Parts: sequence; structure tokens; C-alpha cells
Amino acid sequence: MNLLSYNAQWVLLSTLLLGMAAGAVGVLSYWKRQSLMSDTLSHAALPGVVIGFMIVGSKQLPIMLLAAAISALVGAWLVQTIRGSSRVKEDAAMGIVLSVFFGLGIMLLTFANRMPGGGQSGLDHFIFGQAAAMVQSDVVTMMLVAGIVLLIVVLLLKEWKITLFDASYAQGLGFSVKMMNSLYTALLVLVVVVGIQAVGVILLAALMIIPAVSARYWSNSFSIMLLLSVCFGGGSGVLGTLISTWGKGWPTGPFIVVTAAVLFVVSLLFGTSKGLVTVWYYRRRQTIEKQKHALKAVIASELGEGAHQ
Amino acid sequence: MSYSMWILLTASLVGVCCGLVGVLLILRRMAMMADAISHSVLLGIVVAYLMTLQLSGIHMFIGAIVAGLATALLVQAFNQLGVQQEASIGIVFTTLFAIAVILIATKAGNAHLDIQHSLMGEITFIPWNTVQLPLLGAVPWAVVSLSAVLIVILLVLLLFYKEWKLTSFDAVFAASIGIPVTLMHYLFMSLVSLTSVAAFDAVGAIMVVAMLITPASAAYLWTDKLSVMLVLSCSFGVISAWGGYYGALWLDTSISGAMAFATGIIFMISFVVAPRYGIIAKYRRVSPTQALSK
Repeated sequence: MNLLSYNAQWVLLSTLLLGMAAGAVGVLSYWKRQSLMSDTLSHAALPGVVIGFMIVGSKQLPIMLLAAAISALVGAWLVQTIRGSSRVKEDAAMGIVLSVFFGLGIMLLTFANRMPGGGQSGLDHFIFGQAAAMVQSDVVTMMLVAGIVLLIVVLLLKEWKITLFDASYAQGLGFSVKMMNSLYTALLVLVVVVGIQAVGVILLAALMIIPAVSARYWSNSFSIMLLLSVCFGGGSGVLGTLISTWGKGWPTGPFIVVTAAVLFVVSLLFGTSKGLVTVWYYRRRQTIEKQKHALKAVIASELGEGAHQ
Repeated sequence: MSYSMWILLTASLVGVCCGLVGVLLILRRMAMMADAISHSVLLGIVVAYLMTLQLSGIHMFIGAIVAGLATALLVQAFNQLGVQQEASIGIVFTTLFAIAVILIATKAGNAHLDIQHSLMGEITFIPWNTVQLPLLGAVPWAVVSLSAVLIVILLVLLLFYKEWKLTSFDAVFAASIGIPVTLMHYLFMSLVSLTSVAAFDAVGAIMVVAMLITPASAAYLWTDKLSVMLVLSCSFGVISAWGGYYGALWLDTSISGAMAFATGIIFMISFVVAPRYGIIAKYRRVSPTQALSK
């Protein structure tokens, strides 16, 4: 694919925005300790994508995305119900929902591929993501949704902070924590739904988990962490897409994920807040300072004794 | 044996192996770890394939166990460095899986190993890939490997039954009386990887997750006894394997997808009607006390 082609520029812009939106929502998931929920929801969206395709009979992105959103929401509701009204734990509930929905999706995919025009529809791209397969109307839809998600996270920055870190205070101030939680689930579903075409259902979770964790190594401040996560997400989106255009038919998703993982390793080592090398350097400097102080004290006491005699 | 009998036997073996390992996964609250390992096993298989250019044999198992243990070690390491457990699982398996997909797409693309196959499995090809065994004649390779894995699982499970029970229910107490908890953890992770790779070839990565987590969770709703839970979990696995197979034949669809879906149906039934922990039982148990309080 020619890098300078008109379509390629649109695709790059869309993966940039997608990465940014995923990075932003990822920070919320990180502090809610629900990182793997995005994995569950992205798998749970697959049956919806295929059902949407089967209803219309051709690849109409808006309808497929709507069906994907419904199916992901059903998945989220099932995880809540299983966890809330039985003794099955949350992680098992997520595993059940993600594998069973994915199995259903694969069953439906077999039907859809047999339908007239189904075999060439590129439905398989939804599993690993193929940014190059997107047409301009897909890109515009993706950019719009990603932009809205980003806007909601940034505009409600203070509200997120309070509900994430001090829910009882938030309630005291009169905000509905329940409403913020519903909004959060909606944002998660929106990112999942627009991301599956470019990144694929299996690896989408990485785009929401890795940038947020990487950002954590650079700052203790929520706002700065959010900003960095957005940058890391957008950067991985763009770089990964660029790399995947080098080879013919290379899937986009895996390259985006590996780029994000490289950024994570760099952050883990050199992050200014919790990075391993940084922490090691400060500890070492602290030890040296302590030794200097001890040495000074010894010298001072020696001198003091000398003056007495 | 006929063609479909071999498929059913393979699927039942997957159900039993995953059923046994799944129970411990649920009790140790490591369900998502199974998801992670079943994905990263793909990297082990791809690397073993690229090194030997063969798609079956012992090196695939070695590659898979190394990949599974590497996943467990990396998750543990990141967790100790301050990354939340969930997030570190998410980072490790997606990255290893992405590397595997890239290797397949760029290096092994035209070979037998393709992404579709590794995710969904190709159980219909199982009966064609046979090995000659003394006494038994031609037996599908998958049946041989799954039987071997089942024997290993049974041996490890039964030999250390008391230890598994203790470390799963009360790890602190187990450690205090001198049971090597960490060693048991990594032994268990090896078992999960072994099961994943043996089942992988037959049913694919996603099916492995369904078979590991769902029947065991369903069994968890029916009983409090470990031994009963193990038997139930295996039975649920086998029932979903058969139900999925015939359902897929009837609807003419993906067999492994249908088997995964069948585990979900069994879970939903258990979720509603299980005698003590199902929602009907729960509803009936709550109402008398409410009546009493009024």
C-alpha cells in the first residue's frame, strides 16, 4: 500500500484517534481495576458484528456496529448477573462470557460466510483487524465515535477523578456514581465497537490496557497519566499501522499491540515515577547521601572530642 | 472405529482433561490465567514450528510448556513490580499472542499453520492424521497425545490430591505446614499449558478457554465437595463435546464454536436450577426469611 495514498492517510488518522480514545478509557479501567473487562467485551461483540451483517445481507458498518454494541452490552450484563447472583467469581464469569460468546460468533460466522457475498465480505478481518480493508465511510464513523469518547473523558475529568478515588465523597456532592458507572460502560463498549475493525476482537484489550499501565510509570497525577496514556495509545496506533503497511496482507492489530508493548517496556525501565532504573538511581543516591551524612557526623564528633582534650 | 467416533472420542478427551484442570483453576481463582496461557501457547507452537518445520510431535509440547511457564512467570514478575494482576495478565498474553500472529503472517504464512486453524481448531481433520500403535493399529495423533496428557494430569492430581486441596483452599495454611506452594503453582501452570496445547490442535485456543472455565464453573454451582466437583466438571465437558458435535452437524456450522456454545448452555442451566447455588434455590431460600422478618 502506498503510504502517501489518500486512503492511507485517512486510515492512519483513524487509528491515531482510536488509540487515543482507547488510551483514555483504559486509564479509567485501570483505576477501576477492570482491565480484563475490555477483553471480555471485545470478544462478546463478535456475535453482534455477524448478526448485523446477516440482517442487512451486506457490509453496512453502522448497523454492524450497533449490533456489536448490543451484544457487548449483553455480555457486560451477563458478567454482572453471574457475579452478582451466584458464587462464581468475576474472573470466571468473564472467562465464561468471552469464550461462549466467541464460540457463538464463530458459529454465526460460518453461516454468514455461506451466505451470498458473505465469503468476500472480509468478516474474518474482524478477528485480527485489517485497517487496510477499511473504506472511507468506515473511517469517518470510527473517527466520529473515537472523538466523542475522547471528548467525554476529557470534559468530565473532575467527575471521573472524584468517582474513581472517593465514591462516597462523590455521593455526598450529589453525583450519581451509578450514572458514572453506566457512562463508563458505554464508553468502553463504544471503543470496543469502533476498534474491532482495525485491531480485531482478540487484541483490542491490549490497546486499552498497555498504554494506561505504561503511563502509570511516568506520573502519579491522574490528569498527566491520562494525557500520557492518550499519547501512548495514539502513538502505538499510528506506528503499528505504518509498520503493518510494509508487508502485503499483514494484520494491523498485532503490530499495534507490539508497538504498545515496546513502549511499556521503555516505561517500565525509565518511567520518571516508578521506572525500575529511576527507582534504582534514587535509592543509590539516597544511600550515598546517607553515607555522606554518617561520615560527616563521625568527622564532626572526632573534631569535637579533639577540641575537648 | 468410524470417523465420527474418533472425533467424539477426541472431543470427550478434551472435555475430561479440561474439566479436571478447570476445577483447580476455578478454585484457585485463576480463570483469566487460563485465558492468557491458552493464547500465549500459540507463540510456543509457532516458535517450535519455525525451528523444526514440523507440526506435530514432542517439540510442540515443549514449546507450549515453555510459553505457558513464561506467561506465568512474566505475569508474576510484572505483578511484583507493581502492575495490577489483571493488567499484567492483559499485557503479557496479548503481546505474546500478537508476536505469534506476526510470525505466522510474515514467516509461516503459507505453511500448514494458519491463524484461523489455531484459533478455531480443525477437529474434522483429526481422524486423518494417524500414528501406528502396537495392538491398537492406526490411532489419530490427537487421541494419543490427549490420552497421554490425561494420564499425566490424573497422576499429578491423584498423587498430590491432599496438597492440591490445601493449596487451593488455604494457601497460607498450606505454606505454614511446609507444602511448597510456589512449586505447586508452577507445576499447575505447566499442567494448564500441557492441557492447552493438547486440546489446541483439536479445538483451537478459544474452545480451550471455554472447556477449561465453563464446565468447572457450572460444577462449582452444584456441589461443595472437590471430588464430586471434579466428576461433574468432566461430565459437563463430555456432554458439551457431544452436544456441540451433533448440534454443529445439525446446523452445519463450526464444530468447536458449537462446543463452546454448548458449555455455555450447560452453565446457564446450572445457573438457574442448581440445588443450592442456583438462582431459583436462592430465591426460594431468601423468601422464608423475608417472610419471617415481616
